[in-house]
This record gives sequence, C-alpha cells and structure tokens, in this order.
Amino acid sequence: MHVPDGFLDAPTSAATAAVAAAGVALALRGARRELDERTAPLAGLSAAFVFAVQMVNFPVGAGTSGHLMGGVLAAVLVGPWTAALCLTVVLVVQALLFADGGLTAIGTNVTLLGLVAIGVGWGAFRLLAAVLPTTRGGVLAAAGVGAFLSVPVAALAFTGLFALGGVADVALGTVAAAMGGVHALIGLGEAAITVVVLGAVLAVRPDLVHGARALRRATLLAGRPPSVPAGAR
Amino acid sequence: MAAVHGGVLGAAYLAGSSPVHRLPPHLKLVAVLGFALVVVATPVHADWAWAAHGGHLALVLLAAAVAGVGPARLARGLAIEVPFVLFAVLLPFVAQGPRVEVAGLALSESGLVAAGGLLAKATLSVLAAVVLAATTEPRALLAGLERLRLPALLVQILMFMMRYTDVVAGELARMRVARESRGFRGRHLGALRVLGPAAGSLFVRSYERGERVHLAMLSRGYAGRLPGGPAPAVPARAWLAALALPLGAAAVLATGLLLG
Repeated sequence: MHVPDGFLDAPTSAATAAVAAAGVALALRGARRELDERTAPLAGLSAAFVFAVQMVNFPVGAGTSGHLMGGVLAAVLVGPWTAALCLTVVLVVQALLFADGGLTAIGTNVTLLGLVAIGVGWGAFRLLAAVLPTTRGGVLAAAGVGAFLSVPVAALAFTGLFALGGVADVALGTVAAAMGGVHALIGLGEAAITVVVLGAVLAVRPDLVHGARALRRATLLAGRPPSVPAGAR
Repeated sequence: MAAVHGGVLGAAYLAGSSPVHRLPPHLKLVAVLGFALVVVATPVHADWAWAAHGGHLALVLLAAAVAGVGPARLARGLAIEVPFVLFAVLLPFVAQGPRVEVAGLALSESGLVAAGGLLAKATLSVLAAVVLAATTEPRALLAGLERLRLPALLVQILMFMMRYTDVVAGELARMRVARESRGFRGRHLGALRVLGPAAGSLFVRSYERGERVHLAMLSRGYAGRLPGGPAPAVPARAWLAALALPLGAAAVLATGLLLG
C-alpha cells in the first residue's frame, strides 16, 4: 500500500512532503486539543494499536483476507487529529524499520494515508452523523461509509499525483478506473472491519469513542440507579 | 511473532560492531535520505540511466558489505517491494507512445523504460533502508530523529509507540492463542464476529494502558518533556564516513549528467 522511492519525481515528492509537514504541524496542535497533556502516551498507545491491528488478517469473503488501514477507525475512536498523528508515526516506523514505503516518499504516504484518507473519511463521517439519527446504528453506518470512501479516494489521489509527477505517460483514465475499482473493493473490506471493531468498542466502552459523543449526550449510557437502597449507604 | 529478541520492531536489527553500526544514528539517517534523494533524482529516460543505477547499486552493496549485512538479509528486505513490482509490470501495457514487440506482445516503449526505472530506484532505496534498519536499533533511530529536530511531541509519540508495540502485539498474540485453543478457525466471513470484538477490546486495553502510563509518568514528575542529557559532539571523520554514500551517489549522477 505504501509508495516506494522513485515512483514520483523529486518535485512532487518535495511538494507532498511540505503538505505533510504542514498537516502534521496542524495535527500536533489539534491533538493537544483532543487529548490535552495526555497526548504523548495516549497517541503513542493508539499508534501501537493501529500498528498491531494492521497485522491482523480479517477474512473478507470469497476466500480472501485483508488487513485494516485503520485511518477512519482511529479517527472515530480517538479524534481525527490524533488519528493523523498515529498514522504518521506508523508510516515513519514502517519506512525506517521495515523499508515499507520510501524515505523520500514518507511525505507522500503521510499525505495520502494520513491526511487525505482521514480528512475525507472523517468529513463523510461527520456529514452523515449529522444527518442520520443519533443512535448506535447511525454512528456505525456513518463510520462505515467514511471508511469505505477513504480507501478509493486515497487511491485516486495517488493516481492524480502519479499523473503530475509520475515517470510514465500512462492513459490517466485507465489507471484511475483500475485503481478506483480495485480500491473500492478494498474499501468494502475496510468498511466491514471498521464497523465490526467500532461496534465492539461501542458495546463495551462507548465513552472512549470520540466520534460518538453525541450518542452519549442523547442517551444516558451508564446512568446511576435512580434510587440507592437505604441499606447501601 | 515475538520470538525474535527485541520484538516486532527490533526484528530488523542485526547486532554487530561494524563501522556502520558505530556511526551516530542521525548521520546514518541523513546519509540514507540523501542517497534516496540522489537515486530519485536520476533521470529515467537518459541513455546512461542504467550505468548510474549500476554505480548506485555498487555503492549500496559496498555499504552493506562494510556493515556486515549479508545477501540473504538484503533479499528478505526486498520482499516488501512485491506489490509495486506488480504495478510496474502493468505499466508497459497501459502506457502510451510507440510500441515495441516483445515476445509477441505489443508493449509501450516508454512504459518499459519507466517500469525498469521504477523498479531500479525502488530496489536501490529499499537496499539502503535495509542497511539502515539492520545497523541501527529502534531506540537509536529515535535519538537520531530527535537530533534532527523532529518536533518533540512527535518524537514522544514515536517513543511510546515503539515501547508499547511489543506489549500490544503480545496481547494480540495471546488473544489469538486463546481463540485458537478454543477451536477458532477464521476462514470465512463469520469470523469477523469474533475478530472484530477482539480488535475492539485490544483498543480498549491499549487506551486504558495509555491512561495508566500517563498517570505513572505524572507521579514520577513528568511535565511534558522527557529528560535527556546533552548530545555528544560528532567528529568530522564520522560525518565524512556517513556522507560517503550519498556523496558517492551524487558523484555518479554528476558524471552521468556531464558525460551523457
């Protein structure tokens, strides 16, 4: 999934690196708002979770299995800014320790998988969450659509970058159609896994889910018993 | 999974005391990034491109030899490229321009050149990154990034991620052992009903662990920064040794530009 060195020319790589640096700087400020002074440990542990869950192979039907990218799942769980930082950190570690994704392409990968995928997925989630009823099902449906959209949109953004700074003159329409089609299928898997994992967290600890704060206000999830028996005081 | 000493993230490290191992980590980061930049900047369609790729390959193999990173290790590192080999193989079929006949197939000439260039550049950079990962501990890489002025908060997030990845991956592995000892075999779509909640509870455990770690840090006087000593001075010799790789690569590129 990660863009290696040499796929895009130097100017495009430099431009995406600048975009990524600006995005990460914004995310560092935004994450402090989401997590205040607990940012470092909580974002670090969330990144470790994203890294670990990317190692799980989920069966997604027809005998194939896939793993999660996790951008939208992390955004709904811990907030979009923190999620962007988590993905950034995971991409840096994968590039430095596993040579997965090029060093000069870190900016491109962070822009595509961290900023574009999360930006689009979170935007779709917020839009739908505002329209759909504030129920568990509504939140899950919005997250599923966001997760689905994030994958083909990131792939199409890569196709756009490849058209700008790629080293081959390909027919853009063909590549866009192929990338979009394949990644729409991958997006379906991403959506299914995101909904199942999010549903499990909502069932156990709904208070931890950043994207379900509206849900918490609408229905009192863990209300105290209305009257405490006299003997219990 | 966690059988290797050093865990999931330390698996790439190869203990040793070669000159490359002893270089300060931030110099190695600069060197590998510079090398990758030179490789990316090599023009694909030039006639001498393959000579330049060959020169770069010789340089990175020399670095691997000095570092004591064997061919088997380098080959294993290259496995990461496979998805992009598939993408590159498609290029000659979808690219435009004049066609050439290769084994009965009409392939685009520029597509062939581009695919070859892509594979060469990606391979060279992956080799350099494998040498970096094999000679530098994750902890040292982090210190190197800090020395290169990565934002402090980002360095701290990276540090927590690196420290706790093995813990979180270990929980994941124990969950898998528990599932499978109860007869779970995740082969079909229904397995999502089991794996989803497993991942969900992994998140809850990770997040709660983060909260506990934060409280433990506060009780030990954490105030938003991690204490660290002054950075040791770097001798000029170390700079020269580290920059030999990117400067050599740049010399190859410059030769090509001048003579080609």
